[in-house]
This record gives sequence, structure tokens and C-alpha cells, in this order.
Amino acid sequence: MERGWGEVMERPLTQHIRKDGRPLTLKEYEAVGGYQALRKMLKLTPKEVQTLVKDSNLRGRGGAGFSTGLKWSFVPLDTPKPKYLITNADEMEPGTFKDRILLESTPHQLIEGMIIAAYAIQANISYVYLRWAYKTAAQAILSAIDEAMAKGYLGNNILGSGYDLEMHLHTGVGRYMCGEETALLNSLEGKRATPRAKPPFPQVSGLYGRPTIVNNVETLCCLPHIVNKGAEWFQKLSLTGDAGTKLYGVSGKVKKPGAWELPMGVTLRELIEEHAGGMQDGFKFRGALPGGASTDFLVEEHLDVKMDYTSVAAAGSRLGTGTVVILDDKTCPVGFVENLEHFFAQESCGFCTPCREGLPWVEKILSAIDSGEGKINDLKLLEHHTKFLGPGNTFCAFAPGAMEPLQSALKYFRADFEKHIHEHRCPY
Amino acid sequence: MLSSEEILEIKHAIKLVPYKKAASVEALKVVQEHRRWISDESLRDVAKFLEMSPEELDSVATFYNMIFRKEVGKHVILVCDSISCWVMGYEKLRDQLFNRLGIKYGETTHDGLFTVLPNCCLGTCDCAPALMIDHDLYRNVKAEELNQILEKYK
Amino acid sequence: MVTIYIDHKPYTVNPGKNLLETCLTLGFDLPYFCWHPALGSVGACRQCAIKMFRDGDDKQGRLVMSCMEPVANNQRISIMDPMAVDFREGVIEWLMTNHPHDCAVCDEGGSCHLQDMTVMTGHAYRRFTFKKRTHVNQDLGPFINHEMNRCIQCYRCVRFYKDYAGGEDLDVFASKSNVYFGRSEPGILESEFSGNLSEVCPTGVFTDKTLKQHYTRKWDLTMAPTICQHCSLGCNIIAGERYGDLRMIANRYHGEINGYFICDRGRFGYEFVNSPNRILQPQHMGQPIDSDKAINEISELIKQSNVIGIGSPRASLESNYALKKLVGDSNFYKGVSKQEQALTELAVSILKEGTVRTPSMKETEKADAVFILGEDLTNTAPMLALAVRQSVKQQPMQEVNKLAVPEWNDAAAREIIQDKKGPLFVATVAETKLDTIASKTFRAAPQDIARLGFAVANLIDSSAPNLSNLSEEEKTLAELIAKSLLASERPVIISGTSCQSDSVLKAAANVASALQKRNKNTGIVLTLPECNSVGLSVMGGLALHDAFEKVKNSKADAVIILENDLYRHGSAKVVDAFLSKCKSVIVIDHSQHATTTKGQWLIPAGTFAEADGTLVNNEGRAQRFFQVYEKANVKESWRWLSSIGSAAGNAIMQPWKNFDSITAALSQEEKNFNGIEKVSLSADFRMHDGQRVPREPHRYSGRTSMLANVAVSEPKPPEDLDSGMSYTMEGTRALPPSSMIPFFWSPGWNSVQSVNKYQEEVGAALRGGDPGIRLFEASGKQSSYFTNVPEKFKPVENKLWGVPIHHIFGSEELSAKGAAVSNRVPLPYLLLSKEDAAKLKLTEGEAIEFEIDEQGFKLPVKLCATISTGVAGLPVGLPGLSFIELSSWGVIRSLK
Ligand SMILES: Cc1cc2nc3c(=O)[nH]c(=O)nc-3n(C[C@H](O)[C@H](O)[C@H](O)COP(=O)(O)O)c2cc1C
Ligand code: SF4
Ligand code: FES
Repeated sequence: MERGWGEVMERPLTQHIRKDGRPLTLKEYEAVGGYQALRKMLKLTPKEVQTLVKDSNLRGRGGAGFSTGLKWSFVPLDTPKPKYLITNADEMEPGTFKDRILLESTPHQLIEGMIIAAYAIQANISYVYLRWAYKTAAQAILSAIDEAMAKGYLGNNILGSGYDLEMHLHTGVGRYMCGEETALLNSLEGKRATPRAKPPFPQVSGLYGRPTIVNNVETLCCLPHIVNKGAEWFQKLSLTGDAGTKLYGVSGKVKKPGAWELPMGVTLRELIEEHAGGMQDGFKFRGALPGGASTDFLVEEHLDVKMDYTSVAAAGSRLGTGTVVILDDKTCPVGFVENLEHFFAQESCGFCTPCREGLPWVEKILSAIDSGEGKINDLKLLEHHTKFLGPGNTFCAFAPGAMEPLQSALKYFRADFEKHIHEHRCPY
Repeated sequence: MLSSEEILEIKHAIKLVPYKKAASVEALKVVQEHRRWISDESLRDVAKFLEMSPEELDSVATFYNMIFRKEVGKHVILVCDSISCWVMGYEKLRDQLFNRLGIKYGETTHDGLFTVLPNCCLGTCDCAPALMIDHDLYRNVKAEELNQILEKYK
Repeated sequence: MVTIYIDHKPYTVNPGKNLLETCLTLGFDLPYFCWHPALGSVGACRQCAIKMFRDGDDKQGRLVMSCMEPVANNQRISIMDPMAVDFREGVIEWLMTNHPHDCAVCDEGGSCHLQDMTVMTGHAYRRFTFKKRTHVNQDLGPFINHEMNRCIQCYRCVRFYKDYAGGEDLDVFASKSNVYFGRSEPGILESEFSGNLSEVCPTGVFTDKTLKQHYTRKWDLTMAPTICQHCSLGCNIIAGERYGDLRMIANRYHGEINGYFICDRGRFGYEFVNSPNRILQPQHMGQPIDSDKAINEISELIKQSNVIGIGSPRASLESNYALKKLVGDSNFYKGVSKQEQALTELAVSILKEGTVRTPSMKETEKADAVFILGEDLTNTAPMLALAVRQSVKQQPMQEVNKLAVPEWNDAAAREIIQDKKGPLFVATVAETKLDTIASKTFRAAPQDIARLGFAVANLIDSSAPNLSNLSEEEKTLAELIAKSLLASERPVIISGTSCQSDSVLKAAANVASALQKRNKNTGIVLTLPECNSVGLSVMGGLALHDAFEKVKNSKADAVIILENDLYRHGSAKVVDAFLSKCKSVIVIDHSQHATTTKGQWLIPAGTFAEADGTLVNNEGRAQRFFQVYEKANVKESWRWLSSIGSAAGNAIMQPWKNFDSITAALSQEEKNFNGIEKVSLSADFRMHDGQRVPREPHRYSGRTSMLANVAVSEPKPPEDLDSGMSYTMEGTRALPPSSMIPFFWSPGWNSVQSVNKYQEEVGAALRGGDPGIRLFEASGKQSSYFTNVPEKFKPVENKLWGVPIHHIFGSEELSAKGAAVSNRVPLPYLLLSKEDAAKLKLTEGEAIEFEIDEQGFKLPVKLCATISTGVAGLPVGLPGLSFIELSSWGVIRSLK
């Protein structure tokens, strides 16, 4: 294989996934080096673990791409217990199906990663906040926690280190907002999953008002490997400046939709053409959401954009979750965006005005346009919303996320919108 | 009245949280697991058990999509209506389902067997369209397979 | 102080506040919804957006919510920035997508914050062309009307009702654009503070249902600043009238007393003013008689009789004083039962002569440890209970401060505080609504509550009297309380007269004085039975039973009874005997009651709405209430009495022409009331332009055509002899002095939110200082401890120790006479412990006869899990329960 980054393609996160989809048992996981990182890490101080992870340049895989080590460093190390570590396994971003794979197949990898993260911030209680729909994953995690408990990887005095950690599984009851980390905290506390004001950040006042870190599944799964092989190794996994590998996915009218662990920074073209087998016969590529429903469209001219945080941002979108949704030439972009905005309007928590009132309006306009009842002024109204629901204007990042596909669709597919309006029908 | 089983399970959930109210979502899940949905009476019972007012608990219960405050059928069919399934033509599947069962979203068949609800992304977008019946996920569902799938739940 | 730049101009402002408050304090018109001065910021509505710039070079800036941004030195912001202006208009546009266009038929119309903000942001044209979502409304009981479609989802209602006032039966349901605010199912709102929803809600979702019965727009009301008459706290209120009916009561902000809120008794208790049982005409032997004739005949009568006067704790200082001067000091009686008199005098002496200061309610909110002895505050002094609810947030707030989160950031503070509560100890005879937030509760007979207090005092200062044979449980509790109080910075001890035990008051005083020795910031708050109990007590006078004696011994043969139903202060037997022995009984009052039926003369007194007067509240603060409107034939009691006195040739009273001259006399003659005339401005006060303060808001249509159906030429409006206010809209349209605010209004601010414009700083004192004068401060004259520790309560076989139980609705005389409140008055009952009931083989609801204080009462039994054995609770003042001298032993007889 021709690659600039090494001989063999390394897939640390997914290399041990069994073909039959069954989760790796503790034994199986240990046999491939599992929990060695834990042993190694327990010899380091929490600060040293933090530094290691900071040096690895690991960026959060939940969507925002914030430096994981840096985020941890905001947790006051000297405050009394309890402190919490939470895995965000609420994966509900439309078009996203990457965490599910890790949860269902290698639960111990996640647990080991969680222990490392928890140790680094000296948390003593941890939760996996799992999406309700992931029933298989729930089973896998529950039995993995039991196994790890029995083996002394969890519980009191882990491997004789004097460090204690509880771990619990919490399955949600369905609401996209639960993935937003502060709403997730409210939800874990048995409240409505509305977001919290920031500051204070969860790192200082999180679950039950205590210091808390929320990390994505994939982020945490990287940790055992970083501890085992070092920061430099992790950086070198990537083709670009953003370290590590990434679980990418493609869905839509491609030949082989799916998910793959690849070096960070493969191009969109490679993803679609090589890994997803190219477009289905009779369909042409028109655009793609690079990382879930709340990212801006990339179009033909962006096919060679490297799929990492920095490059996708430079192309005017966000890497998000790295799971690509493809818009083809036989699918109506207006309908596409209407579907997305319907989702967002339904899932708005209803706390702040712009999101609660703005999104249903946007959805109604799109639906009117789609069914041929649109007016040319509607495009102005849609643009108005993309600006007014922008970052900082709403209470949390939900509504700004909802505006990303819309604003880019208005930019790249404007002619389609206009055609709907002028012809009073959907041309698709 | 909560059953002794339900009480046991709720008590377990309470043990894991710093105060009773924090177990509200768990407790609702427990009761729903046993009774399929949360009636006004169940709501009051759970609230009382958690030392909350019915209002406080209902405020939580009505927020979440997967807590059913209206009666549902024996099996709940969740149709994924999010983007990848939409692109892959879930609408055909949905209409077929409606036709087949003679109901629409939010309704329950006369025999009380099925309720159909729309649902956000089921996290299996590479295998769209998808639907979920109770705990079972169906991927790459073709409209013509529906009969066969439904048969299993009769 | 720091400097900030608003639209390039520098301003010197207080740090520690948020930018919204700061802009409002500076007088800017910045719209907002979800922020509330007492509830803080949550950032939900996004209405208060402004631009913020990094520094002088930043030309771009970014939108921020002013309510969520702390003030910082050298901050640069813009209110007028076009993007901010557009965004604020956009927020209204969003809110309007679902808000109905029903202003014309909406109760809030004309005093609606949403209307004001809509006009302020300039949103006028509708671009949303789709259907509005609709909701079903709920019947929330007799006080509050619910119209959910008008909701703009600012979350203020739940934040007030639940987070601030501790109500449990109102919440937010569902999500997205479908969020719903109400109850789980229709039903009466249980909170005693539900009425505030009508002011907290910025639109017409929650409105005053009593006003709806006789609806009037705010701009059509004649309003005056007045004082709530329904308990001893003296909350400031606004009362509004039209066509001779009192139509509504609203909160009148007072920085030290009630702040932004009042209780439901205060808000809805006004309806007695409109009751058909009013006395509206002088009567003699049941026949109407002309006023002047009545005055002359009564003045003749008293000249020929040995007349005594019985005053009242619910009448103004002026009326009591006038009666005292008419009958002579030695013939003036206070008009309360022996026990009430003793307790009130004791309480007042603790406040006046003790060593510990009485904090205001605002200060009580800031207390960081509270110990309540014997008072069920929610039912005896509701707003004090609301203050205590805030106090338990004080200690946890330290955690918030540590994280450098400002206290006004309610969203963040609540997450940090979670369920943590500061120390609150509640020792009462039965459960109270404050129990749920208390650190520990203690249930016992009043004697044992007192003993707990004595024990706490002794633990704090060993020179306070000691006591023996405390149970282990009591000892541990006393130690915990003492420890918590000592560890606090601003402890407040609360007690009062409602459990009718002098020992409890003394114990509370001892705890407070013991603490005071160690901590100068200690406070003591005592509640009293009536709105002017303190005033009457300070004025002095003999006891009611002395009056009974005097008549019994034929030393007097005529009595003038001032605004007082004697049957609430003495048993029927004794009062009957007294009244029938008097040759002449002259009753001056506004409403019918048992005593008025016995009067040969009935003189129609004005209620607070038709009268001027002064009341002294439980902290010793004298406050003026102003007449709202004149009613034919009805006058203040003091006016009637001075007319009678003048006619009888009373030299002192002859110069009394108006309110000012009588307060001047009172101030001069009684040293306790020196300076009382300064409580409000004199009647010749005029605004800077020589005009009066109008009682009516401006209407552009001229005065009004109210009586056009009678005569087209408008009658001359009555002239106010007692104050510098006019009864119409004529007068100066500018900020009146703080004691004379008849309504809150400011250009562009028609709703009650305009109160911001009347304050020196948001949430601080009214401009020119909060009204009222504290007549006394603890002088320290009585610095020794009370020593008589009561004996431990010992249940007696076959007997029950009667203790009073209070109800916010029903226990107070006047409020219970109105329709809405009377709907909420419970049926009388006898409260028994489950153990006693079991022993007596009684079940819930079973009818018994309870014999106590030589009277028999047929009552159903109500079981109680918390009341001690050997004790029986009797609800004060409920229909069918006449006066009972408590505490005394009673006997239950089964009716089976
Ligand atoms: C509306 C919304 C939904 C989100 N959903 C998820 C989610 O399902 N899973 C996730 O890991 N992060 C989600 N996030 C991001 C989280 O808030 C948070 O940034 C992330 O869990 C942090 O983990 P990381 O630092 O490991 O990326 C969501 C954010 C928003 C605003
Ligand atoms: S943007 Fe506002 S309404 Fe939307 S989810 Fe965030 S807080 Fe809730
Ligand atoms: S008042 Fe600032 S966001 Fe509502």
C-alpha cells in the first residue's frame, strides 16, 4: 500500500474486533495485550498521565475536537471526592454509527480507557451514559464491567494501587440533547435534559455539582494505546497534524456503506471511492455532510479535503463525528435539509427562544418549499435563521449545529431551492 | 400500586444515587419495563415512592421520547426517520407498515399488538433503512420483508 | 466601582452585577423576559442580547446575553449596535409566532410586559404564515386563571413557584416548541404564594382570577399605596378601585419588607371590602340614620354616660388614639384577650427592651442559620416563611462564591447547590410546610418547645438558666442547634405569639440574647396576631377583661367598640354578659360580625381601602396606608371619633381637621410615637410643579366618562384632605416620593416590571429610601435572661391539652370574609395524634365533642402523624370555632 506514514496500516482501536461481532471477553482482550496499559499507567502520577495525553495531541472524538489532555487539566486535582468520569455513549447524531461498533465489540477497551481517564483526574465514580437503543452494547458493557470488577480492574484498590473506581452503566430514555455534555449531566441526575450554563464548566461543577469529565467513547478507546505506545506513536498514526486514527463512516447511496478505522486525515475522496466502493450505479455525488447532521455540506470541490479537524474546518465545515452522509444527484437537497431540520425541531429541548421557536419555523418553511408552496422571500427568512441561530445566540450548541447543513445548502444548492419555488413543485 | 418486583428494582436504582429523586428516570424505566407505559396512576405511585410531587416527576417523564405517557401496544415499532434512512427511502417502508397495520404514527392496532412511532437515527446508518421492534433491531429492511418480520410478534 | 463603556460612553458602576441589571439601573431600556430581579438569570429567552467588544480595537464584537455577563472593568458593550437591535426584534418575532393576537381580550393587556417589550424592540410585521400551536388550559382554583396559549416559555413561573417559593405542584412538561407550564392535572394551586404568578408571568398566562370577576384595565383603576392588613408583617401593596369596588391588590415593592412578592392571603383577601355584609350607613337600633344626626346623638350620649372605649389591633394608630382621647386614657382598653395582651406585651418588650435587634425580612432572607420556635410561619406570617426559604440557600451559596460564580447566575448556582440546604430548625406543635427544607424538626407541646429553646440558650451561654430532665433526643437536638447557630454568621431566631405560650417567647429571647453575646449579628423576629398589634401594644391601655369587670361592677355603662369583634377575644358567655350589661353599645366597624349584631349604634368605618392610617408591623416599623377611594357615608374611624369628640366639646380633638393634625397630636403627646408624622409626607405636599400625585394612570382620553350615563358634565372629583394625592389622573406624571407610589409606570413600561425605574439600583431600596420608620430598636434595657423554665409537658389521662393551629385562609378574620379566600377555608376539626386517636378508638373524620374552656365543640377528628400525644390541635378562627382561651385542658366525648 502506498502511504506516507508507515508500512502497515495500524488500526489500534478496531484491529481485534471479532468477525462474528461478539464482544471480546476479558480473557480475549487480555490475550491481545488488554489492561497492560492500566498496569503501566498506575505507576504514573495523574499529572503524568495528563501530560502524556496532552502530548499525544488527542482531540475529543465527540465532535468538537477539543484537546482531551487540556480538558482534563481543568479538573482540580486536590478537591475532595466525589469526582466523576462519564463516557458519552449517547450517539444519536443522525448519520453517526461509530461508537456503536466500539461499544458492541470491545467493551473492555472502553473500560480500560475509562479507568485511565478517571485516574488522570482522580475520579472515583464513573458512568457509561449509553443510548437506550443500543441493547447489544448494554449487554456487552454490563458483563465487561462485571468481569473487570471480578478481576480487580475496577472497585477498591485497583491492582493494589490504592486507587478506587466505581463504574455504572446508565441507559438513557431517548433525547438527542442527552449527548450535549451538560444536558447529559442533568439527565443522569434524573432531571430534564436541558443544558446548563457555562461557566462553570463541568470540570469544576458537573454531576451533582462536582468536578466531572465527559468524554466520547472513541476518545476513551484511544487511551490504552497512547499509554502503551506513547504520545509520539499516536501522533504518527495520523497523516496530518491531528493525531491518531479515526473511525470514519459513510452512508447514503454508495456501494459499500460502512465504517473503518483509518489514519486521521484521509481524504473524503478516498473514503467514498476506496472504502465505500464509490457511488452506486446511476447516482452521482453532489455533496456530503462530513460528520453527522450538524455539519456543513462539503461538495465536489472539497473531495480532496483531508478529513481531520483542521482541514475540514478550513473547508468551511466541521469534522464532527467523521461519519459522512452522502447527498446524491437523485435526492432532493431541499428534502434532505427538511429531514434534518425536522429532526432538530423535534429534538430541541425547548429552553431557549431561538431554537424552540426558530427551528419549527425553519422546518415549516422548508416543508412549504418542498411541497411547492414556497415564496421567494422564504429564502431570506431561512438565511435570517442561519444567522440568528448562530453560535452564542442560543443557549447551547444544538441550534447552531442545526443551522450548519442549512446555511451550506443555501450556498451550494440555492438553484434547487429556487427551482422549487418557481416551479411550485419538487423537481425530484 | 407498585409491585414488589418493581419496588425492589427501584430501590436498587436509588442505592446508586445520592438522593432519591436522582433515580427518577431509572424508576420510570423500571415501571415501563413491567407495564409498557406510565399511566397517571403509575406516575403518582412512582412519585410517591421517590418523595417527589407528580408534577416534578411528570416534568421529567414528558421530556423524554422513550417514556410513554400514553398507552402503547404489546410491541412498539420504531421507524427510523433520520437522514440516512430517508436517503435510502424509509418512507416506502413506513407507508407499507401503515398500510399493513392500518394505523399511523402514534396509533395502536385494534388488537393492541402494535404501536408505531417515528424515531431518530438508530445508529445503523450504513444499513439503512432500519427499524426497531421492542429490543430487536432490523437493518436494511426491505418493504417486502415486513410481513415476515411482523409475523414473529404475533 | 468600575468603569464600563456603553455605546462609547463611560459609566461608573457597581461590579458584581450582571450587565442587564446594570443597564437597567443606569436607566437604559433593555428588554428581557426570563431574568427577574429576585430570581436571577438563566439565559433562556435571549431577549437581552447586546454586543460586547474585546477591546477598543474590536469593531466586530459578538452578541452576548447581558443577563449572563458579569460586569468587568473597562468592558465595552453596545445596546444600540444594529445586530443587537435586530436580534432583539427577532426574538420577539419568534415569540410572536405562537403568541395569540388576543391583546384586546387579554387580562394582561395594557400592563403587559410582552406588549411593552414588543413595542420596545419595534417588531410590528408578521412574517410567520403558519398555524400557531395551541394548548388546553387548566382550572387552577379560585385565585389564578390559566391561559397557556399566551405562554412565551420564559420559565419564570416554575422558577418562582418551585425554585423560589418551594411549591411542588406546578412544573414544566414536554419539550421543544410544545413545553407546557401547569399542573400534572387541573386542580387548586397549593402554594400560598401562587398569586405572584400573575406578576411574575410577563404575559397573560397566569392572571388574577378575582380581578377577572370584575375586570378592569390597569389604566382604568384608581390606585393608592397601602399596607396589607392580614398579618403583622406589614407587606406593602397597591390597591385598585373602579366604580366603588376594590378590584385588585398588587405587590408594592419594598426593599426591606416584601420585596417583589406578597402572599395569597394578602393578594386575594381584599374581597371583604366588596362584601354585601359591609356596614355602609350609620344605624341606630337597626335603622339608618343621617351621619350628622348620629354624631350629635352619640356625642350627647357619651356626655351623659360613663363611657369606655375598646380599641383594636386591626385598627390604625390614629383610630385607636382618637378613641383613647375621646374616652380618656383611663377608659381605654386594648380589646384583646388577656392572653393575647400578655403575649403581645411580652413580645414587644423583647423587641424594644431586649438586647437583640429585629432584622427586616430582607435581612432574614440573608440569615445563614434559622431557629423557629412555635410558629407555623406559612400560616401565621406567610411572607416570613418565604424569606426563610431563601435563607437556607445562604450557606450552600458559599460554595457558589468559591467557584467565582455570581449569585445572580441562578442557572449555575442551582446546579452547584443541588439539594444542599443551610441550617434551619423548626420546633412546632405539628408539621409545617417548612419541614421539607428543615435540617431537623421537633414536634412537641409548647412547654417542651420552650424547654428545647431554654436548653439551646444554656448550651450557647452557660449563664442562661439551665434545666434538667431533658430526654436524650432533646439534648442531642439542642446541641446540634446550638452548634449550628454558633457556627453561623447571621443567625436569626424566629418565634411569635401564635402558639400562645409565653414560655416559648421567653425561650426564643434567651436563645437570641445568648447568641448575641457571642455574635453581634444575631437577629430575633417575632410574629404577632394582627396588622397593628405592635402599634396598639405600644400605645398602651388596659386589658379587655378589666373593661368587662368595670361594666360588671357598674363603673361604666356605655362602650365604644372600635373595629373589633369581641367574640374573637372572649368567650361568648363573657362577651354576651358584658354587652347586655352595657346600656349603650356603639360599634364602629366596616363589616358585620357577631359584635355588630349587638350594637345599638353602628358606625360605618372605612376599610383600609377607604381610609388613611398608620400601622406598626412586627419589626416596629410604622407605615402609612393611603385611602384608595372615597365611599359615601363611610369614613375612617378616627374621623368619626374626632367628629363625635368635637361635638362633645373635647378640647383636644376639636383642632383635628385631617390626618396630619391627628398624627401631629399623637407624635407630640405620646413619646413612643415621636416623629410618627414623618412616616409620610403632609397633605400639602406637592410635586416639583405644584401638582398632586395622581392615583390614576394617564389616559389620553381625558378624565373618564365613567358617569356619563348619569350626567354628561363630569362631577368635581373629591378632594383629598389627608394626602398630596389626587383621586384622578390629574397631577404630575413623574416619579412620586417612595411612600406615595400609587402604581408602577414609566414611559414604555406599563407592566409592573417598571418597578426597576423606581429603585436606586435593581433590587435595592426605592429611590429616596424605602418608606416607613422603625419606631424603636432593641434598647438592651432588659439584658437579663428569662428564668422561669416551664415544667415538662405531662399528658393527663383522659384529657387533651388544647393548642392552636393556624390556617393562612380562615384563621384571619377579614380575608376569610371574601369569596375567593372563603373557598379555601377548611372545615373545622380537632387534630389528634394517631396514638391518642387509637387509644380513644377514634377514626379519621369521626365526629366528637370537645369540651374546653367551658365550651363544647362538635368537630370531626383529623389524625396527625406529627402532633405529640396528649395534645389536641384546634384550628383558630375557622367557622364554628369561637374564641377559646388556650392553652388549657379539654375533654373528648364520643358522639357514638
Ligand atoms: C446537541 C449536542 C449533541 C451531542 N451529542 C453527542 C453524542 O451523542 N456523543 C458524544 O460523544 N458527544 C456529543 N456531543 C458533544 C458533547 O457535548 C461533548 O463535547 C463530548 O461528549 C465531549 O467528549 P470528547 O471531548 O471526548 O469529544 C453533543 C453536543 C451537542 C451540542
Ligand atoms: S439551543 Fe436552546 S432550546 Fe435548543 S437545545 Fe440548546 S438550549 Fe435547548
Ligand atoms: S433576560 Fe437575558 S436571556 Fe432572558
